[in-house]
Amino acid sequence: MKIEVKKKLDVIFKGFLLLTATASILVTVGIVVALVEDTIRFFTHPEGGGFPTSLIRFFTETEWTPTFISKKIGIWPLLCGTFLIAGIAMAISIPLGILIAVYLSEFASHRVREAVKPWLDFLEAVPTVVYGYFALLGVTPLLQWIFAKFGIEMHGMNALSPGIVLGVMILPFTASLVEDAMKGVPQYLREASYSLGATKLRTAFQVVIPAAKSGIIAAYLLGTSRAIGETMVVAVAAGMYPNLTLNPLEPVQTITGYIVQVALGDLPFLSFEYLSIFAAGFLLFVLTLFFNLLAVYLKSRVERY
Amino acid sequence: MDYKKAERVFSAIGIFCVWFVLIFLFSIAVKLFIDGFHRIFDPKFYISYPSRFPEEAGILSAWVDTIYIMLGAIFWSVVLGIPAGIYLEEFGGKGKIARLIEANITNLSAVPSIVYGLLALGIFVYRFKFGESILTAGLTLGLLMLPVIVVTTRESLRRIPRAIREGAYALGATNYELVFHHLLPYSLGGILTGVIIATSRAIGETAPLLTIGALTFIAFLPPPPWESFIEMLKSPFTMLAIQMFNWVSRPQEAFHKNAAAAGFILLVLCLLLNSISYYLRYKMRKKYQW
Repeated sequence: MKIEVKKKLDVIFKGFLLLTATASILVTVGIVVALVEDTIRFFTHPEGGGFPTSLIRFFTETEWTPTFISKKIGIWPLLCGTFLIAGIAMAISIPLGILIAVYLSEFASHRVREAVKPWLDFLEAVPTVVYGYFALLGVTPLLQWIFAKFGIEMHGMNALSPGIVLGVMILPFTASLVEDAMKGVPQYLREASYSLGATKLRTAFQVVIPAAKSGIIAAYLLGTSRAIGETMVVAVAAGMYPNLTLNPLEPVQTITGYIVQVALGDLPFLSFEYLSIFAAGFLLFVLTLFFNLLAVYLKSRVERY
Repeated sequence: MDYKKAERVFSAIGIFCVWFVLIFLFSIAVKLFIDGFHRIFDPKFYISYPSRFPEEAGILSAWVDTIYIMLGAIFWSVVLGIPAGIYLEEFGGKGKIARLIEANITNLSAVPSIVYGLLALGIFVYRFKFGESILTAGLTLGLLMLPVIVVTTRESLRRIPRAIREGAYALGATNYELVFHHLLPYSLGGILTGVIIATSRAIGETAPLLTIGALTFIAFLPPPPWESFIEMLKSPFTMLAIQMFNWVSRPQEAFHKNAAAAGFILLVLCLLLNSISYYLRYKMRKKYQW
């Protein structure tokens, strides 16, 4: 091949690589365009009451019924359900995540770590609908049985059981991020602590964890963002009823659950129902983006030793 | 204070937590296996279409469509993801565009999957008029897999020592010769691992496909691609995970058995794909030791 041809080929090749790399930007642009455009349409739709009214109703009403004849579009029940379940999930995931990460990175032998890691990875790959099945038909009956012993009745659909399952589901993800953060702490800090006579346990909790603080918080922010965006577990096991409650034993609906419920039905293009899932989706996107950016910011602030 | 005792107690707690998680995973598998036992070993389950009678319902259309959709998803994610990864790792440098794309991909990987479904519904289904088809489903899952593929491509390229690149350039190789003759062959194992991991995640994805209108009752197969490729792409679809979701959300208990069987098959598929990727990674580590 002549050198000129080769040079041209090289330019074409590099151009092709750049082109595919920019495809990811197009995806982001596509997401933002699709969400923003239909969200604007939602808020200007006559059935929601037109622009300023619909936005006020969105934040002041306490019921969410865009699919009913009498349409109420208060977002709070969905937000409440979303954060209730995410909160339960994090209540499981935060303590267990720290314990597992500390144990695996500071205490466990190399062999144990190598044996456990693949299974934790696999836990992350289990299809979420399978977790949903387990929450509905495994965890809920168990909890009902336990609560019945104390004379408390629990609905078949509730926030507690998907919350618990979600907490275990995001555990490998958060635990491995926490572990990474703790690995980033330089060895000489540990050694300094040991040389002062501190035990392993004390070093882990009073030197390593404080030093890895921002990384650990970032890990949990990413975990929360996952819990908020998770769909199938809550769609299967949390119920389909937007409920403004903080009682984990009652059925609730999350933003993602609502999108699934509406998408399952017949959806005429640009109808009010169709637009409402984009408005809900936009809110979800903004929420998760907020948590992600906060995590990125915190990570960038990790102290360098 | 007896610090040795404290340490032993903590170790016990740590082991307990790890076991708790592993037992959780194990009990999911056992629960699915017990509930779906009869259907898993029923050959008719694999060769019948969905039905309103739970005993006659099967997953034929689900697993055939799953194969088509996953092939599409792998195609899109590989075609877009590997060159993008090569660009970012090898040629992007510290330029503004490369940094922007990088930040963008990090963000995309954290976007909830159902948002991809809304993207596909708003853009592919209605604005591009692809319809609720196998093409749309493949494209959507492909985009969902994209960040994983880009990241693993970059990681496996990073492991190739600088000397290889300098040696190739010194002998007068062009950029594309460097990539095709050296970088790609050496990193192929790592990239393949990434593709398999991404596939195993995408195969269980349900939410984005539900929003673009996956059907749960399909009593026909798409025309085989060797007869009419376009018709195949345009035909409506279902997937294993979606079939399972449909069955689990029905009130009749008999359908739950089908759901359990479908879930168990999904679980086995994922375990299989994950083990393959582990094996590959292990092999690759042995083959190339720089």
